[in-house]
Amino acid sequence: MKFGVVVFPGSNCDEDMVYVLSNIMGQETVKLWHKNTDLEGCDVIVLPGGFSYGDYLRSGAIARFSPIMEGVIQHANKGGIVFGVCNGFQVLCEAGLVPGALLQNTERKFICKNVFIKAQNNDSLLTNSIPKDRALKIPIAHGEGRYFADEKTLKEMNENGQILFRYCDEKGEITDDANPNGATENIAGVCNAGKNVFGMMPHPERAADSILSNEDGKFLFESILKKTGVLA
Amino acid sequence: MAQTQQEALTTVETAKKLGLLPEEFEKIKSILGRTPNFTELSVYSVMWSEHCSYKNSIIWLKTLPKDGPHMLAKAGEENAGLVDIGDGLACAFKIESHNHPSAIEPYQGAATGVGGINRDIFTMGARPIAQLNSLRFGDINSAKTQWIMKGVVKGIGDYGNAFGIPTVGGEVFFDESFNVNPLVNAMSVGIVKIGETVSATSHGVGNPVFIVGSATGKDGIHGATFASTDITEDSAKDLPAVQVGDPFQEKLLLEASLEVIKTGAVIGMQDMGAAGITCSTSEMSAKGEHGMDVWLDKVPTRQANMQPFEILLSESQERMLIVVEKGKEAEVLRVFDKWDLNCEQIGVVTAGNRIKYYMHGELVGDVPADTLVLGGGAPVYEREYKEPAYFAESKKFKIEDVAEPDDYKAVMTHLISHPNIASKRWVYNQYDSMVGTINMSTNKPSDAAIVNIKGSKKALAMSVDCNSRYVNADPEAGCAIAVSEAARNIVCSGGEPSGVTNCLNFGNPYNPEVYWQFVSAIKGMSAACLKFKTPVTGGNVSFYNQSSYEGPVFPTPTIGMIGILDDKNLHTSLSFKNEGDVIYLIGENHNDINSSEYLYSFHKVKSSPAPHFNLDEEFNVHQAVKKTIASGIIESAHDCSDGGVFVNLTESAIQSGLGFDISTDKNFRKDAFLFGEAQSRVVVTVKKDDEIALVDILKSSGLTFSKLGFVRGKDVKIDDENYGSVSEFKKLYETSIEKIMNN
Repeated sequence: MKFGVVVFPGSNCDEDMVYVLSNIMGQETVKLWHKNTDLEGCDVIVLPGGFSYGDYLRSGAIARFSPIMEGVIQHANKGGIVFGVCNGFQVLCEAGLVPGALLQNTERKFICKNVFIKAQNNDSLLTNSIPKDRALKIPIAHGEGRYFADEKTLKEMNENGQILFRYCDEKGEITDDANPNGATENIAGVCNAGKNVFGMMPHPERAADSILSNEDGKFLFESILKKTGVLA
Repeated sequence: MAQTQQEALTTVETAKKLGLLPEEFEKIKSILGRTPNFTELSVYSVMWSEHCSYKNSIIWLKTLPKDGPHMLAKAGEENAGLVDIGDGLACAFKIESHNHPSAIEPYQGAATGVGGINRDIFTMGARPIAQLNSLRFGDINSAKTQWIMKGVVKGIGDYGNAFGIPTVGGEVFFDESFNVNPLVNAMSVGIVKIGETVSATSHGVGNPVFIVGSATGKDGIHGATFASTDITEDSAKDLPAVQVGDPFQEKLLLEASLEVIKTGAVIGMQDMGAAGITCSTSEMSAKGEHGMDVWLDKVPTRQANMQPFEILLSESQERMLIVVEKGKEAEVLRVFDKWDLNCEQIGVVTAGNRIKYYMHGELVGDVPADTLVLGGGAPVYEREYKEPAYFAESKKFKIEDVAEPDDYKAVMTHLISHPNIASKRWVYNQYDSMVGTINMSTNKPSDAAIVNIKGSKKALAMSVDCNSRYVNADPEAGCAIAVSEAARNIVCSGGEPSGVTNCLNFGNPYNPEVYWQFVSAIKGMSAACLKFKTPVTGGNVSFYNQSSYEGPVFPTPTIGMIGILDDKNLHTSLSFKNEGDVIYLIGENHNDINSSEYLYSFHKVKSSPAPHFNLDEEFNVHQAVKKTIASGIIESAHDCSDGGVFVNLTESAIQSGLGFDISTDKNFRKDAFLFGEAQSRVVVTVKKDDEIALVDILKSSGLTFSKLGFVRGKDVKIDDENYGSVSEFKKLYETSIEKIMNN
């Protein structure tokens, strides 16, 4: 399994993602520079967090037009796996690879803290190894993370199992108080209808190293490796 | 000077308008052997401003201890201090103020402060890995303070978050003395392989000089001069003196700068902060003992028709000056092209010591580099100082002047929800504290921030500290306490203190009473830094922090300290761990409530001495705490600071959800025991089974120590009285600032 982490000039979680994929999960991982179009034969493309091109306009609005995204969109359209975290999720929404949009947090402030999320199914690429009913402690760090989609889209996504994670409290209860940014239906992560493109606001790569005293994020990476047959 | 010079010659009146003294104008004339033109006078005015020259502080700064076993670059030698942390790595770190810009344009003022301090780190070749900040605001209930605070915090957040380096620690303190003039001190810590650093120097006749990064605009002109005068009502009119930040450019500049160093083509590099091109060209030339021809018309500008002095003095952000080895220009250009950044040759290194500024081939300024800089021709002043009357007055306070409270719960509620003590999460949740995946304190909070060094056994500890109230009460003791608290925080977290950077925020140095505070603080800092073997590696001085109508701010010598954990597994957190663990206090209790938050804001007694403090006692406590942590039995360690033993225990309880059950000592007044802020005390917990081992270690250390009680239940119990649940205190602690700010 070969992972490719896209590096936009303003990406700042690219190193963290590479570290987890290669040093902790032991997978072959390369960086893909935004000015190139070649995906170098990678099976899984990861769009990391950061501020792609400064994001002064709207998060991810310019990144979707970058050369590397041509390759990423082709890869996705052919059924290849694409995973966007935080700014990567914003880029995926802007590119139309997953439904919905990410708006400014209700409090109109950047928020960085640990939150809890609950997987909404246990068969997707990201969720298959997460213990049932377990609330995962995963940090968020964003100013524009309020997920929004219109009612019709939401209904389809719900019916189609495209809602992957919702914000919840420590006990796994999905409540308004546990919603950090005002996201519609507490949505923290989604996938496309084809279930090969995934996006989430929380950062699982920030909760995957034992030295940081929180490894809840590792369940997501293990899920990817299991679904793709790397792990038994 | 060229005959073609079009500018009129200057007069002493012009000099005064630019912030120079008449005798300084005379000195410039004698250096040049003629009257300077306006461009030259502008250059001298910024380089001889307090901000760049340290003319009113350098005599005293030189008395600070600089030497330590691990120093690679000492104070003043480079843009930031450099400490050997082993494994072939060095740590570069520095703290700097951006008080004046933040007072009138909080968002940009604070943002560019973050940008500037990070550039100081990566201009040396070190990659920033962590940021901290130390903030002082006025009365939190005033609309003006809230406006300043919201802007400052958002400015720090927006810049630091996009730049992508975690903000791992800091402090926030409120007092009315900061109503007009807040303090915004930003610190950056970076790591570099020993031998891969770059110096801020220029040499080698014929070597090309490049400006890289953002284009130069009219922002921040005379910013350094502006930072060297009192803040007044009219300061808002100085808005063009405030710079505008672009963190995306900074991120590109970081990556490109570190990449270009690897090419081996770089002779020297310096970021452009205060006084822009003027400062970087003159400091690098003076250091490398060469001259430089600078072609100002080659500088990429944002506006057309910028005047030579505007280009020279612009403090536009995200720029660097790089001197490149002749013949290797192509490698440098390739790197900056990759990152889509400007990279323009604007000059060449020359023999001699003169910097000659040209505009379209015409010589517009010609000055000897060394006459501009600190340690060269910049003026040095010995200012007079005088003990202020309030100092003797404050010593008259006796604890008997204040009655013991009838209602202890009211005091507890007051303290735990006081903005100086309550959780600062409203602030720090706006900062990305976890990017980089190295912040070990996120899920394991400790007195100092602990940062993992990936691929090594080690971790770095860092802390910024200063209790401005203590320093005001007694600058010498207060500043020694600031150093001690930083060291104590590092020790309690499992680290060994190794070096200090300081940010000296004071009022107007021409006021002898303010200068007395400065001198006394330096003395206290020297003594403490010598004791802990933590040399001062650098920092910054910010005078003129006072408004014309409210007097000086509380003197605030902020201490940024770095420490090392040789074994990252020694990281010790402050939260209680297990029901039934035993709680011990290491250090001596005193019948002392001096300058405590309790005395100051509950009893509203504003004048009292600094809390009890003895440097030897402090040092011995650190040694004992280190020994107990090294023994592996410590479950939690937390130092006693603001709010005393009560706040200390409650914070450890809040982090864990576990309660405590303790007894006070009848030899002391109960309020002094619980809320007094006598220094040199640390609370530790161990499992019941390890109690004997702990007592053995403490006995062998010869220190005073006492058993407080147990980690028990979910409530706060003192002398068998139940003061309420931990969750009730937690709610007050966590929400009191956001309740005020979100109103």
